[in-house]
Amino acid sequence: MRREIPLAITFLTALIIIISFFIPHAPFGSMQDVSLKWYAIIAGFTMLLGVDSLIHMHYVKIKRKKEGWGYSLVLIIGFTLLVLSGTIAGIRFGSAFNLKSSFIYLYNYMILPLQSTMFALLSFFIASAAYRAFRARNLDATLLLITAVLVMLGRVPIGYQMWHSFPAVAEWIMAIPQMAAKRGIIIGIALGGIAVSLRIMLGIERSYLS
Amino acid sequence: MNIFERFEKIDRRFIFLLVALAVLIPLVLKVTMKIPVSSPVVSAFNAVDTLPRGTNILISVDYDPASMPELQPMYKSFLYQCFEKGIKPVMIVQWPLGLPLSINTMQEVANQYNKDAKAEGKDTVVYGRDYVNIGYRPGGVALVVGIGKEIRDYFESDYEGTPLDSLPMMKDIHNYDNFALLVALEAGSMGDIYVQYANARFGLKIILGMTAVSAPDAYPYLQAHQIIGLLGGLQGAAEYETLMKRPAYATMGMTAQSWVHVLIVLFILIGNIGYFISRKKKRS
Repeated sequence: MRREIPLAITFLTALIIIISFFIPHAPFGSMQDVSLKWYAIIAGFTMLLGVDSLIHMHYVKIKRKKEGWGYSLVLIIGFTLLVLSGTIAGIRFGSAFNLKSSFIYLYNYMILPLQSTMFALLSFFIASAAYRAFRARNLDATLLLITAVLVMLGRVPIGYQMWHSFPAVAEWIMAIPQMAAKRGIIIGIALGGIAVSLRIMLGIERSYLS
Repeated sequence: MNIFERFEKIDRRFIFLLVALAVLIPLVLKVTMKIPVSSPVVSAFNAVDTLPRGTNILISVDYDPASMPELQPMYKSFLYQCFEKGIKPVMIVQWPLGLPLSINTMQEVANQYNKDAKAEGKDTVVYGRDYVNIGYRPGGVALVVGIGKEIRDYFESDYEGTPLDSLPMMKDIHNYDNFALLVALEAGSMGDIYVQYANARFGLKIILGMTAVSAPDAYPYLQAHQIIGLLGGLQGAAEYETLMKRPAYATMGMTAQSWVHVLIVLFILIGNIGYFISRKKKRS
């Protein structure tokens, strides 16, 4: 019974969601409304679980003085600072997102530049990786290389200055061969999703229970 | 090791230095180039531009500071266009770290527009009457489907905690039926969710603004007319600025991006010359 009851709940819930998608009228419509709200609430709580897991992991790292524990300390200090500033701003201004709040100050002058910098560094690595990886070793690699060069030049204004048809060529690559491949991938993923969902619904796939 | 063999093994620090210069010099000198405009961006622009005054549109701000350089200029252009045309945008956020960005930019664009409007003797825009930000709620798919029925089931108040019913603009807005279209600015997979539910189920017209790396994912939707316009990356943002006749950050950024792309193409060519010469040498 310890396995049968969760499997029955999964099957019935999935069935209700599927039926209500195609018949959004009473009683299925209201059942779907309730399940969607539950989903949104549970999604909110998953954030709490994530925070708990993150803090616990870094706390253990600091306690055991594992390699790089200093970074964990910075994370915990940063986390505490943001929670405190958000709470204080909520009390003082009625919302943490008031533009005068310390929370927004920390966001604008710490989170924003740090995250932007992390992502900006990618351009350096992409340039270096493209130089090393794009070698015309065989026909497939050569095709990939030529396509990449055409799209890279067609997607920037300087390509248009070099040859006015570069943007049209890049757009054709994106809208025809690229789109065809992408559509194939999307259909494959959708079919895979349906197969996995059916396996879960029918109790064939049970790994989520363990 | 001759010069051609050296081509195959350029020190990456040298590549980093050249990339840094290619980015910095155009940005410091504020050089701009003529931006060619693609048809998916024209479609997006026309869809917004031809809306009647007083129409409500939904703008979903789903990115964080990492994708901000590409998507923020799009957000600014759409907002400014809405204010100029008397269209009323409602902002919604699906990424927690995107909320402060959506608020800051909304205030910045509104202030800029009001300054320009005062100088030109036009009406200014007021929060709650002409634009609203309902903020962030978790939920993803559930939220997208749920607000198709009633926004208040998920958002009782705006980002500052003001009840939605006390905002004049929100009194008659309940679900997707009250929006002419959705502009979704996406750094992740929310665009797919909007297409699959807001469009397929509720018939909401969608314009997608995406990062350059994820824009190819949206081409099947464009071809199937599930979206009516597409802005891809900084180039898409620059094209929109061109159509708005307000060249700004994206237009300037495209010059830097142009030079970096040329640099990468040159490095690829040099690497391949080195590769073929050393292969020939090894064979002989």
